[in-house]
Amino acid sequence: MAKFVVEPGADIDGFTLGECVHRGGMATLWSVSRDDIAVPLLMKIPRVSEGEDPAAIVSFEMEQMILPKLKGSHVPHCYAAGDFARQAYVVIERVPGETLYRRLGDLPLPYEEARVIALKIADALSDLHRHNVIHHDIKPSSIMFRPSGEAVLIDFGLSHHNQLPDLLQEEFRVPYGTAPYMAPERLLGVRDDPRSDLFSLGVLLYFFTTGVRPFGESETMAGMRRRLWRDPYPPCQLESDYPPWLQEIVLRCLEIDPVWRYPTASQLAFELSHPDQIKLTARSERLKRDPLSTVWRRRFNGNPIQERGKSAVAAQLAASPIVAVAIDVAEGSNELNDALRVTAERLLKTSPSARLACLNVLKLARVAIDRTLDEEGNNKHVGRLVTLKHWAAPLKLDESRLTTHVLESVDPAGAILAFAEANHVDHIVIGARQSSLVRTLLGSTSAKVATEAPCTVTVVRPPRQATEASKGEEPPDDRSLPAI
Amino acid sequence: MRLAFFADIHANRQAFTACLDAARARGAERFIFLGDYVGYGADPEWTVETVMGLVEQGALAVRGNHDNAIGSSAESMNAEAQAAIEWTRGRLSAPERKFLSELPLTREEDDRLYVHSEASQAAKWRYVRSAADAGRSLIATEAHVTFCGHIHRPALYSMSATGKMTSFVPISGVGVQLLSGRRWLAVLGSVGQPRDGDPAAAFAMFDTVSREITLCRVPYDVDTAAQRIRDNGLPPMLADRLFVGR
Repeated sequence: MAKFVVEPGADIDGFTLGECVHRGGMATLWSVSRDDIAVPLLMKIPRVSEGEDPAAIVSFEMEQMILPKLKGSHVPHCYAAGDFARQAYVVIERVPGETLYRRLGDLPLPYEEARVIALKIADALSDLHRHNVIHHDIKPSSIMFRPSGEAVLIDFGLSHHNQLPDLLQEEFRVPYGTAPYMAPERLLGVRDDPRSDLFSLGVLLYFFTTGVRPFGESETMAGMRRRLWRDPYPPCQLESDYPPWLQEIVLRCLEIDPVWRYPTASQLAFELSHPDQIKLTARSERLKRDPLSTVWRRRFNGNPIQERGKSAVAAQLAASPIVAVAIDVAEGSNELNDALRVTAERLLKTSPSARLACLNVLKLARVAIDRTLDEEGNNKHVGRLVTLKHWAAPLKLDESRLTTHVLESVDPAGAILAFAEANHVDHIVIGARQSSLVRTLLGSTSAKVATEAPCTVTVVRPPRQATEASKGEEPPDDRSLPAI
Repeated sequence: MRLAFFADIHANRQAFTACLDAARARGAERFIFLGDYVGYGADPEWTVETVMGLVEQGALAVRGNHDNAIGSSAESMNAEAQAAIEWTRGRLSAPERKFLSELPLTREEDDRLYVHSEASQAAKWRYVRSAADAGRSLIATEAHVTFCGHIHRPALYSMSATGKMTSFVPISGVGVQLLSGRRWLAVLGSVGQPRDGDPAAAFAMFDTVSREITLCRVPYDVDTAAQRIRDNGLPPMLADRLFVGR
């Protein structure tokens, strides 16, 4: 079968080639168009001629396999893939704008700007990991942003799809990737841990906030291996005003053993969304690197990374859910709140890496400008937070796994749904409203949440006896109607 | 065209029926049988007749070692397998025995090779247990994709243009595109006697246009299949293992 001529104006399977927009070491990128596709397109063509690096072919094969399986706004949409039998290519949506690489001249960035960038990348990684894909090459030049602000991850040539053959696994003895960003476990041949991407994001965040790469730029194996035992300088040693919460996040991402990093990208995104609620540990106060005795112990006392069996990415994510409990603080909701706590406790027991977000909605009046102070002059918001913490206290959760949030909204269900969407909540636990009168007038919050939530919802009712006792003068037929 | 592949049915009528139904529901346009229709299970007549009927309608079939053992006492087998073969031999009619003995060891179609066991010496019934075994099989043939069975544990091997091997255990229901830049060996799980720890029956679909292979697992009526084995006086261990897929 004849090969195509690759030049401007050429027709490849119905795509008309425009200009060559990029010539990289592994592939060339062409702007292409096809009559029936309105969006701007890019065709990626691997360099496969004699003498080229065989890695270029294998990593292109990985993209051919993985790109068509991906969906969503955090990846470029894939329109077509051509095989090596004729002309290897993939056609993807051309995301407008530049990659984050363009910002390197502006480093270090203000902390808040860097936080928002890292949050967007963590959101994108959370979505990618849910598709069973680990990117393995997170760095400024693989990240773009849509006009709407969402991060788009590009370049999947080194990625691992947990449900597809990993063509790179056995191909090369040296780990392939971008040395400054590569997670330490990658140097030991581990390719199936999504937390490797969190390490790379930690490198990026460190670099973007200090202007310095935490592990330098060494590309030699010996230089890269140092990160298996040598921790980076704490950022506050480089920037005296470095916020402790940010150092906490960065150093947790850069933990040598993946077990000590955030369990999921969603949980990292959660922390980045709520910097005021981050539980500060010794990491946030660290002024110096680990003492040499610690470094030597890591270096000479065997593997600094705990061995673990092959794990499915999906199972790892499922073991670390974000659970949100919506708690009503109104009078008379004690039984319901106790029942909510029992349910939350069960969920947390089965997933030791789960984290719990306690929500309460401070309902605002639709028209009037609300006063956040009540008649006695107390701050309602603070009062609600205190109540939420009190509710959660019997769970005896480590502070790093617990956050409390008072959402202010005219629409409680809408506020809970928006929180769940923005924070990658995996499971909402909510009480069914008891009073049928209120429910009839206002509609049921739990019903709306259960119907529209992007995740699993558990609707909780108090135990039967408690309900009967507190029901008072409720019409007797009420219990036969489902509350949602 | 959508092809459905069945390996190691082993006279398990309940499992085979469930897989045929599932393959038809997935739009299978053609059936390919990779050998070992008999042995272990209690419904050899029905199984062989069904395969014969489908072959008459255009399905392709190759011979497995258990099928071979029906007409040849030279095949070496463990005691339970041997007992099942001797029992089966008495159940099959002359035309059924003739059908089995005349099946080819390999079939080729376009750039695909169908064979029961490792293909470098198909009559030796060697298992594909590792990437090295798969490599030996792929080097010995020209086919772009080889489909085999025999070991009752699914696996997917590939060989790159530079001769590097990869191995992978396919996930049920997740299609894998068999890229044309490398060569592939698909080892199917067993329809009638899975041994990868999952008791569900296994078959595979392959789309010749998208070049996507999908391993499918189907739950079936294990109780009846096992009861039939016991009722017919076959070694009880052959019934017990169906429940655990070992």
